[in-house]
Amino acid sequence: MIPSLKVKNKEQKMKLFSLNRRQRTLLTILFFAIFLITVVIVGAVLDKDLIATNLIERNLAPSLDHLFGTDWLGRDMFTRTIMGLSLSIGVGMIGAVGSTLIALTLGMAAATMGKVADRVISWLIDLFLSVPHLVTLILIAFALGGGFKGIVMGLMLTHWPSLARVIRAEVMQIRSAEYVQISQQMGKSRWWIAIHHILPHLTPQVLIGFMLLFPHVILHEAAVTFIGLGLSPHEPAIGIILSESMKYLSAGMWWLAFFPGFCLLIIVQAFDRIGENLRLLIDPTKSNN
Amino acid sequence: MRKNVGLKIGIFLLLKGLRMLTLLVAICLISFLLIKNSPIDPIQAYIGADMLKVGPEQREKIAEYWGLNEPVMVQFLNWGSALLQGDLGNSMTYRRPVADIIGERFLNSLVLMLTAWILSGMIGFIMGVVSAMKKDTWIDRMIKWYCYTLASTPTFWMGLLMLIVFAVWLGWFPIGLGVPAGVLAEDVTIADRIEHLVLPAITLSIIGVANVALHTRQKLIDVLSSDYVLFARARGERGFTLFWRHGLRNVALPAITLQFAAFSELFGGAVLAEQVFSYPGLGQATVEAGLRGDVPLLLGLVIFSTFFVFAGNLIADLIYYIVDPRTRESRML
Repeated sequence: MIPSLKVKNKEQKMKLFSLNRRQRTLLTILFFAIFLITVVIVGAVLDKDLIATNLIERNLAPSLDHLFGTDWLGRDMFTRTIMGLSLSIGVGMIGAVGSTLIALTLGMAAATMGKVADRVISWLIDLFLSVPHLVTLILIAFALGGGFKGIVMGLMLTHWPSLARVIRAEVMQIRSAEYVQISQQMGKSRWWIAIHHILPHLTPQVLIGFMLLFPHVILHEAAVTFIGLGLSPHEPAIGIILSESMKYLSAGMWWLAFFPGFCLLIIVQAFDRIGENLRLLIDPTKSNN
Repeated sequence: MRKNVGLKIGIFLLLKGLRMLTLLVAICLISFLLIKNSPIDPIQAYIGADMLKVGPEQREKIAEYWGLNEPVMVQFLNWGSALLQGDLGNSMTYRRPVADIIGERFLNSLVLMLTAWILSGMIGFIMGVVSAMKKDTWIDRMIKWYCYTLASTPTFWMGLLMLIVFAVWLGWFPIGLGVPAGVLAEDVTIADRIEHLVLPAITLSIIGVANVALHTRQKLIDVLSSDYVLFARARGERGFTLFWRHGLRNVALPAITLQFAAFSELFGGAVLAEQVFSYPGLGQATVEAGLRGDVPLLLGLVIFSTFFVFAGNLIADLIYYIVDPRTRESRML
């Protein structure tokens, strides 16, 4: 009797919000998505003049005029941070899309193109996982001479292996399903089956994987830029802001490092939340607990 | 029976070693080709500010000395055969054998990584256990929130925060470097080294905790919902005794293996932490090699980090293989 009582209690609690869980999940996703889109748009629209050098207002602590303070050139840190975040999301977007495409292609190929392809791709996955991520990123960024191209290529080429594994396992499972085998018996080609039977089933996994890749990509972008092998110092990137701030920390200018990093944390969390909630929404094994 | 196990482990190790060998050769080749295609000219990077003083003939001589005029594959074979004899070449910026530099830097890094590794493993494990035993209470929620937040915290930002709070505001620890500035190498005491080690190690531990804690929590929750724990509870066991008798051994193994398998992230974290604290370890050497175009050093570091990660994974596999009899039954390589 007691368990049923408990369930009722929970239901009553939920009614306080007058929304069921699905609606709440959707609302959370919507909220964070709107938040992220706002950041991107604001960052793109903001006037470049705001981060122009202004030697009169140098090294100011946070105040109402300058929410995050100003740096040693009198640039408004709030504007720089928002622009940096917008840039981070942009780079993260390209990196995550690229990685997801690579993962999807290789995962599908490993599971549908026979044993040899599977071996080769598993070996490739191992290859990429056997060097520390950051070292691979440094290597690729170095090979392409740093800058925007280097970092984007590096991010694309380093984040696919884990997602490719997930997709490969998923395809393996679908491939042995009865309807696929019947389709094979009816003489459909591999390509036809891959596109019409397997790909649609992968959409949720790929979507979730894509969203959960974002945080990693953004963090790695910031890390490589921080080290000095990423975006050029003229860009208002978070990594640049933080590495510049290191020179001024001992002078007690904490706001140079604290706020930009904190904002990056919030952005990464927002992507993570969207990903997790999306998984709750789409993944049937998780939607019941 | 006993012999059989030994033989199996031998075969297991052999296959792993073979796989590692193919991976290593491929990594050497790929990284070599990547670096050779880099638009960063090694001679230019080497000369640096002395650009005006070095004439074209001297450049030609440097290129010849390094063998840069030969075809790429010949260069690779030269480098590869030297590598097989244990010669990693000479670093361009330090003008010393790469192996020496890596060895010296690795000692520094090893202390840092080991401290962080043990600290984060132990704290993470305890946090996971507490959180699972007190599931759905405020402490569980706190720990979960902490872990999820930390998973999305940039390591270097954490390092900067530590610097601001403990080095600048409180002044408890030095701002950076591995040893005090302006002190002769012979005069550096162990206490000095430890003082410089604390902040980077704590930074790495704080970040590293999340993974182990969440994993342990999930595992222990699974164990606690099993029938034998239900039975133990029915007999009146609870709290620490229950965990000690029925939980510990089941969750300790996955936690230890996870910690070993996380060498790759540990290395990545160390790169960033060392950069923030200017700690003279492998990570900082990697960054410098990348920035200054020191090709032999960069290649050496890539190979070394591969070995490092591989060692971690191998130990993780072996622990599972030897300690847990279930995985031995139907192990697929």
